[in-house]
Amino acid sequence: MASPRRSEGISKLTGRERYVDDLAIDGCWWGMTARSPAPRGRIREIRFGKGVDWSEFVVVDHRDIPGPNEVRLIELDQPVLAADRVRHVHEAVVLVAHPSREMCRRAIREIEIVVDREPPALDFRVTPSPDQIQYADDNVLKHLRIEKGDVERALAGAAHVVEEVYETGAQEHVYLETQGMLAWEDDGVVTVSGSMQCPYYVLNALIHALGRDEKQVRVVQTPTGGGFGGKEDYPSNIALHAALLALKAKHPVKIIYDRGEDLAATTKRHPSLVRHRTGVDSEGRLVAQDIEMILDGGAYVTLSPVVLSRGIIHAAGPYACDNVRIVGRAVMTNSVPFGAFRGFGAPQSLFACERQMDRVARAASLSPAEIRRRNLIRDGQTTSTSQRIDDGTDRLAVLDAALRRSDYDAKREAHRSFNASHPYLRRGMGLASFYHGAGFTGGGEVYLASTQHVAGLPDGRVEVRSASTEIGQGTRTIFATIAASRLGLDESDIVIAEPDTSRVPNSGPTVASRTAMVVGHLLELACDDLRRTLGLPKDAPGDAVRAAIIARLASHPSEELVGKARYKAPPGIQWDEQTYKGDAYGTFAWATYVAEVEVDLRMFETRVIAFDAVQEIGKVLNETLARGQIQGGVVQAIGWALTEDFVWKDGAMANAQLTNYIIPSACDVPPIGVEFLENPYPHGAMGAKGIGELPMDGPAPAICNAVADALGVEPTTIPLTPERLMDLMTEAGVA
Amino acid sequence: MSKPQAEKIEIELTVNGQPVAVSVSPVERLLDTLRYTMNLTGTKEGCGEGECGACTVVLDGLPVNSCLVPTIQARGRRVETIESIDPSRLSELLDSGATQCGACTPGVVMSACWVLDHPDLCDSHSLRELMAGNLCRCTGYDGIIDGLAAALDASNQRPGAGA
Ligand code: FES
Ligand code: FES
Repeated sequence: MASPRRSEGISKLTGRERYVDDLAIDGCWWGMTARSPAPRGRIREIRFGKGVDWSEFVVVDHRDIPGPNEVRLIELDQPVLAADRVRHVHEAVVLVAHPSREMCRRAIREIEIVVDREPPALDFRVTPSPDQIQYADDNVLKHLRIEKGDVERALAGAAHVVEEVYETGAQEHVYLETQGMLAWEDDGVVTVSGSMQCPYYVLNALIHALGRDEKQVRVVQTPTGGGFGGKEDYPSNIALHAALLALKAKHPVKIIYDRGEDLAATTKRHPSLVRHRTGVDSEGRLVAQDIEMILDGGAYVTLSPVVLSRGIIHAAGPYACDNVRIVGRAVMTNSVPFGAFRGFGAPQSLFACERQMDRVARAASLSPAEIRRRNLIRDGQTTSTSQRIDDGTDRLAVLDAALRRSDYDAKREAHRSFNASHPYLRRGMGLASFYHGAGFTGGGEVYLASTQHVAGLPDGRVEVRSASTEIGQGTRTIFATIAASRLGLDESDIVIAEPDTSRVPNSGPTVASRTAMVVGHLLELACDDLRRTLGLPKDAPGDAVRAAIIARLASHPSEELVGKARYKAPPGIQWDEQTYKGDAYGTFAWATYVAEVEVDLRMFETRVIAFDAVQEIGKVLNETLARGQIQGGVVQAIGWALTEDFVWKDGAMANAQLTNYIIPSACDVPPIGVEFLENPYPHGAMGAKGIGELPMDGPAPAICNAVADALGVEPTTIPLTPERLMDLMTEAGVA
Repeated sequence: MSKPQAEKIEIELTVNGQPVAVSVSPVERLLDTLRYTMNLTGTKEGCGEGECGACTVVLDGLPVNSCLVPTIQARGRRVETIESIDPSRLSELLDSGATQCGACTPGVVMSACWVLDHPDLCDSHSLRELMAGNLCRCTGYDGIIDGLAAALDASNQRPGAGA
């Protein structure tokens, strides 16, 4: 059956979709940001040059903030605008607004922020010196620990012990629409409209720093040109900046970052260092996993504690092992803050895990496929947090499907003779088995207590009211499918409300692969509640629902007809935040990916020439959209693995241009083969599990494992650029 | 109020078949003239430096990055933007999942339609090569390439399609 078409697809294909920078607002001014030139220090002076007539501008600094100078998130450490000190290069200090964008640019060039520099902490891997300490007494933003069994005893008795250290670099989201916000005040209400994933995060940030109550602020999401986590937390900052300028200018103000500013100033994926010490018995069964994960937390806490949490929970991989110790810490540095990015710590820890499994396989004289076959978790066994897995998914079938689909064995054979005879090309096959927990970690969903509404409309249609946003992943289409199917209606009978905090309830942030699975299920329950409110039985057909809505609203025209649902944890879920034991996630999606690479020894360039992604995701709600999520995620991960390299200077990105921060083009990647296995999850909408982040986890280790297969060297650091590969081969004495 | 730019220049050009006159500064980009002066906001900015192709328009029959074209260079020339595209040409791209967030999409569609108008290019270039000037961060490109291939097939089969 063909999937329902993306509901806003034609509008996007014809360029009619209106993003924030496409809105023509009368009397709108432009806003722009002057930023710190130094990674750390005291602001001595801000000089305003003579090159522009300042009387034409509105200028905002920290003294213009009505409430606390804090961007509300997990902690309140990040100022809206730096007051007396800065903690990273590009930290926002002063804002300007003017009717002309070009004049704003000139004004920014005229502002000089003079900083008395202090010693910055720039390398998260190095213990800070006393004069670099800026957070607690060790710069550690968060410590976490998972313990199961007795690791030391098990390692002492292991047949083989393998130790290695892995590192991953930062990654920029490169959503194609840069960040942008529009703000204005009307009748005492500040409205901020723009590109974002999480309208209620922005709303709460506005309430806090503007010192207003909920009735005096409103947030509306505009069509959003990609997010990938980059529009989870950062939009709060820009929203506050635009609102402060609009309040002072008494004009609507629009801030649109150009690509250079977006690359330089917004959050990135956390760089990581992960140490593994793994013990196996003589059969290659895991007996101990001793893992340490360190994240570069950047200059402010942002979301680092929860990124670390997801990172360590995924660090031991989808394997059964009785003795596991995982310690994690996120370390403050004076780098531009790191934040949410698709996968949220799991791609980093799974890169290390899946590279390590290949090394363990070699130590135990097993093939990469066999080591995974022996250790993949079986129903009834437990994860590192002692979560018992009992979902009926056949994880070996996922592995086997990937091997079959990629023609793994035959190709490996063929590559051996190819490599022996070709003068400079080397080919290899690599695989990665992994899992990804969907929804918030641990008690997160209970804490969020998300709500979801559906409303009957006078013509019998049903409006879905949700703060869960469409950012390209297909929320609007999926929600229409879920509501239509639950109510027995057509997709054309479903209207998706604009995410406007004055109209839609807080269904939680659009993150953590939770929208289809968690919020979609709430949508089903809200539909049930609507039916109940209408006095209809559970199995009432769509025609009866439509008729009842029309009749009710005809007889009670002034009443709202709304079905509601609020999140409740599925029965039996237990999580202990203190000991990090229990059900870390309601469910996991399971996957095995296979990469085939070709390395050109003349250039040390690695190309992915074939890629297969097999995953069990509960139930596929829309084949086209689901495949698109996987293919897009895989290609984003190929970029992270091979080309997306950062040049750091003073904790900031020196290569903040798409000319030299290289994301994959159509030419750089092969077609991505996708296969879904289905095992419906009873607590997800229509049986679905989350899939948005899953495809980010597997490609980097699969690619590096393929390079190891091709060349006989062991890559431990990504991105595996030609320079890095050349060094690795020189060290190994094979180049 | 101080002027944002020095001397403005009056020029005429044809946009989507309509003659238009605009007054622009010598450094103004065609992208900005289209978006902010003519309110043709379908054309997007993704990078401003010729890397991403989101700003692709067709200038005298050839696709160009409008972020790299000073508007004065379009004087007397023909510009086609995404607003000129007939939606009926896009059903294969819609079905294949060629758009997700949509930010790259107008540029992708301009390039894809140009390939559809010049199918002979496919004899010497792969579709991936022909589309390599349009970066997309969402789809992984399969949705775009598959949709373009399907559209090429369909246009081959349409009555009157030349050999
Ligand atoms: S905006 Fe013109 S190529 Fe990117
Ligand atoms: S659809 Fe989002 S960048 Fe292409």
